[in-house]
Amino acid sequence: MIAELGLAALWLAAALALLQLVCGVMVVRRDDAALASVIRPLAVVQGALAALAFGALLLCFARFDLSVKLVAMNSRDAQPLIFQIAGTWGNHEGSMLMWVTIMSLAGALIALIERRVPERTMIATLATQAFVGLGFYAFLLIASNPFERLDPPAQQGLGLNPALQDIGLAYHPPTLYFGYVGLSVAFSFAVGALITRQVTPAFARAMRPWVLGAWIFLTLGITAGSYWAYYELGWGGWWFWDPTENASLMPWLAATALLHSVSVLAARDALRTWTIMLGVVAFSMSMVGTFLVRSGILTSVHAFAIDPERGAFILGLLALYVGSALVLFALRAGTVAEGERFAVTSREGALVVNNVVLCALLAIVLVGTLYPLVTEAYGVRVSVGPPYFTPVSALFFLPMLVVLAVGPLLRWRRDSLERIQRPLVLFFAIAVIALAGVWFNSSIGFLPLVGMALAAMLAVASFAPAQGRNLRRLPLAVWGMMIAHFGIAVALFGMAADSAFTVEKLVAAKEGDTVEIGPWLATLKTVEPVAGPNWTALEATLAVSYEGEPGKALRPQQRSFWAPAQKTSESALLTRWNGQLYTVLGDQAEDGRWQLRLWWKPFVTWIWYGGILIGLGGLLALIGRVGNDLKRRHAQVRIARRKRTAE
Amino acid sequence: MTRWKLWLPLVLFAGFCALVAWPLIRPPSTDVHSQLIGKPLPQFALKPANSTLPGIATADFRDGKPRLLNVFASWCVPCAAEAPQLGELQRQGVEIVGIDLRDHPEDLAQFLQQNGNPFARIGADDIGAVQLGIGSSGVPETFVIDGKGVIRYQHIGDIRAEDVPMLLGKLKDAEA
Amino acid sequence: MRLLLAFLALALAAPVIAQDSMPDAPYAYKQLEDPAQEAKAKALMETLRCLTCQGQSIADSDAKIAGDMRHQVRTRIKAGESPEAIRRWLMERYGDYISYKPELSETTWPLFALPLVLVLAGGLVLFGRFRRRA
Repeated sequence: MIAELGLAALWLAAALALLQLVCGVMVVRRDDAALASVIRPLAVVQGALAALAFGALLLCFARFDLSVKLVAMNSRDAQPLIFQIAGTWGNHEGSMLMWVTIMSLAGALIALIERRVPERTMIATLATQAFVGLGFYAFLLIASNPFERLDPPAQQGLGLNPALQDIGLAYHPPTLYFGYVGLSVAFSFAVGALITRQVTPAFARAMRPWVLGAWIFLTLGITAGSYWAYYELGWGGWWFWDPTENASLMPWLAATALLHSVSVLAARDALRTWTIMLGVVAFSMSMVGTFLVRSGILTSVHAFAIDPERGAFILGLLALYVGSALVLFALRAGTVAEGERFAVTSREGALVVNNVVLCALLAIVLVGTLYPLVTEAYGVRVSVGPPYFTPVSALFFLPMLVVLAVGPLLRWRRDSLERIQRPLVLFFAIAVIALAGVWFNSSIGFLPLVGMALAAMLAVASFAPAQGRNLRRLPLAVWGMMIAHFGIAVALFGMAADSAFTVEKLVAAKEGDTVEIGPWLATLKTVEPVAGPNWTALEATLAVSYEGEPGKALRPQQRSFWAPAQKTSESALLTRWNGQLYTVLGDQAEDGRWQLRLWWKPFVTWIWYGGILIGLGGLLALIGRVGNDLKRRHAQVRIARRKRTAE
Repeated sequence: MTRWKLWLPLVLFAGFCALVAWPLIRPPSTDVHSQLIGKPLPQFALKPANSTLPGIATADFRDGKPRLLNVFASWCVPCAAEAPQLGELQRQGVEIVGIDLRDHPEDLAQFLQQNGNPFARIGADDIGAVQLGIGSSGVPETFVIDGKGVIRYQHIGDIRAEDVPMLLGKLKDAEA
Repeated sequence: MRLLLAFLALALAAPVIAQDSMPDAPYAYKQLEDPAQEAKAKALMETLRCLTCQGQSIADSDAKIAGDMRHQVRTRIKAGESPEAIRRWLMERYGDYISYKPELSETTWPLFALPLVLVLAGGLVLFGRFRRRA
C-alpha cells in the first residue's frame, strides 16, 4: 500500500511538473495573469508530492518491506537500522528519487520565497525547473521505478553492499546531492534570465543564495567523501584523481567560479553573459558527473550503480537540457548588453583572474578524466592519474592563491597596487620566511614546499581584509569570505604535510611485538574474533603511545559480512591535533605473524578541517546575505505601508 | 563578443556527447593485452609444479615446434571450464605447457585428477614473476609460441569450444 | 570521493572471487630495508596501475597481482634498477595502460598541449577584456 501510494505521488508530481511547464511556456509567450498565478502553487504542490514519494520509499526501507524489489535487493534484516534507512539511497533507483525530490523541493522553495526578480523571469525559471525535473521523473517512472513489487515477496533481502555499511553512507550522498541538485536552480535562473533577457544585479542577488547553498553542500559532500574513502579503502589515500572523485570536483570548480562571478554581477553589474554561461556549466557538470559515475564508461574504485542503458538515458537528458540551454545561450547572449567596465587592478579584475583559472582547472580535470576514452577510440589504452593531475593542476592552483591573497584587498572598479603596498610586502615576507624555514628544516619535494609557504602566506592574507576595520561591524559575508579563504590555507597545509611527512610501516608482528612508527610506539596485544550484528571479524588490539604519553588502544578489524558475503578491512584511527595514526590489520602469515599496516600522517586531518572551514565560511556568507535581504524587504514593506497611511 | 564565439560552447558540448556516446554504444573491452606479441619470450625458468611433470624454461620453446603456453591455477573457476577444450587440443597433437599461478602442489594434483591433464610440462609461478614477465594480467590466458620462442598470439579468458579451431589455425600460422 | 563502492564490486566479484591461499610474494607487504630505496619504490608504486582492480594504483590495493607487482618493483629497486627503467619494463609488457603517468607520445600530446593552450587562452581572454578598457 505504501509503495503504491509513493508511486501514485510520483506520477502526480510528474503530471504537475508537466502542467507547470506548459503553463509557464504559455505565460512567457503571452502574458496571462490568471495562468501565471497558478504556477507558484503548482511548484509547491509538486515539491510536496515528490517529498511524499521519497517518504514512502524511506518507510518501505525502514519497515523492511520485502515485497518491494528495491528493498529486497538492497537490505537485510540483521542490518543496523541506520543502514536500513540509508540503504534507501545506496542504490540507483533510490538515489535518483532523492535527486528528483531535492530538485522539486528546491523548485517549491523558490516559488515560495523568491520575490525580487521580475515575475516573468521567475515564471520562466520555474518552467525551466519543471522541464528539468520532468526528465528525471520520466527516467524514474520509465526506466527505474523504485516502487516495483515482488510477487511473491522475497523471503530474505540480499543485503546492502558491505562497503556501503558505514556511517558515511548516511551523510555523504545526501550532502553531495543537495549540492548537485542545488545547482539546477542556478541553471534554471540562468535560462530564465536568458529567455526574458533580464540579466541584472537583482537577478544575481536572487541567484546568489542558491549558488552559495549548493556550493556549501558540495564542499561538505566532497570533504566527507574524501574522509570516508580515506578510512574505508585502508591504504591512507584521501584523493586518487579517480573519475568518480573528479566527477564531484568538476561541479565544485564550476560552482566556485560561479559564486565569485555572481558576486561581481550583484555588486557591480558586470560579467553578465559570463555568469549566465557559468550557471549553465555548473549544473551541466553535475549531470556529467552523474553520467560518468553511472554509465560505467570509465573504471573507478568508487563505481556506483553502473548500467550502460541508464547511462544512455542520463546522456539523453544531459544532451537535451544542456544542448538546448547552449543553443539559447548562442542565440540570446549576443543581445545581453555588456555590463560595467573595470580595470585590471580592481576587485573585479582579481575575480576575473580567479574565474579564468578555475575554468582552466575544470578543463584540465575534464580532459584528463575523459582522455582515456579518446585514445580508446584509436584502440590504445592509456591511464591518466595523479602524476598528471597533481602537477598540472598545481601549476594553475598555486599561482591563483597569490591572486586570492591580494584580490580581497582591492577596491571595486579601479585601484592601484601602490595603495596596498604594505600588506603585499608582508605577504611576500611571510611566504619567503616560511619557504626558507621549511627548506632548512626538512628535505621535502618542491610542490609540498611551495604549498606550505603559500599556505602560511594565505593564512595571514585571508584575514587582511579585516585590518583596520571594526570587527563587530564587519558584515557576516566578509567574515564568511575570510574564513573560507583561511580554510583553503588550512586544507593546503594538510595536503602538503601529508604528502611530505607521512611515515609508513608495513610489518609482520606476533602478539607482544612493538613497532616504532615516527613518534609512536605500537604494541600488538591480541588478535581475537568479535561478532557484530551482520558480520564477524578478527580484531587486533594495539596499544599505542605518542612520545611516551599514556597509551591508548586501537582496534583495526578484518570484517567478514555474510550477506552478501564479502570481506572488508576496517582501519582504526587515532586523532591528535597534529595528525593521525592510521592502523590496518592484514592477513596472518604461515608462521603465525600478522600483517600490520601503520601510518603516521602529520596534520592530515587539517585537509578536512580546511574543507569544513570553507563550508562554514560559505554558511556565514549565506546567513549574512539572506539576513540583509530580509532586512531590506522588511524596510521596503515598512516604507510602502507608511506611504499608504500617508495617502 | 562576436557571434561565432557564442556557438563555441555548444560545439564543445556536442564533441563531448559524441565522445561519451561511442563507448556506450560499443562498450570497449576491458582486457589488457600483452604488448609482447611478435617478440621473443623473456628469459625465465620455473621449477616443476608437481613431481610428475618437468618444469619450464625459455630454451624449451626453441626446438622449432609451435606450442601453447597456458596460464592457469587450480583455484580459478574458468580454468576448470576450459579443461575439456585443452584436452581436445592435446588430442589433436598440440603440445601444451602450463604456468601454474600461486598454487599448492596438492591442489594442483587434485585439479589435474578432476579435469584431466593436457600439459606436457608445468612450471610453478609462486609470485607471478613470469606472469608479469610475459604481459599476462589474469587467469586463464593462453599464448601461442612459435618454434623460435616468439609469442605469436594471446587469448584472454577461458577457451570455448569455438576457439579450438581458431587456436589450431594460429598454431599452423606459427609454423610458417 | 568514494561515492559508494557498489554494485560492480558485487557483480564482478562473485564469479572471479576465487583467490589463491598461497603466501604473498616476499616484498608484497614488506618494505625495503633501505629507507631511501623504499621511498623510491613507493613513489613508483603510486604511479602504477593495478591490472585487475577498478582504477587503483598498486600502492593502494590488496589484489594479489598488485602484491606481485609491488614485489617486482621492490626487488628491482633493491637490485639497483632505476624507477623509470622498471616503468619501461612494465610498459613494454602492458603498454601505456599500466602507468598513471602519461608519456609524451603521438597519442598523448594533447594532454601536454592542454595546459599551454589554457594559459594562452586565459591570457588572451584577460588581455582582450582589459585592453578595451584601458
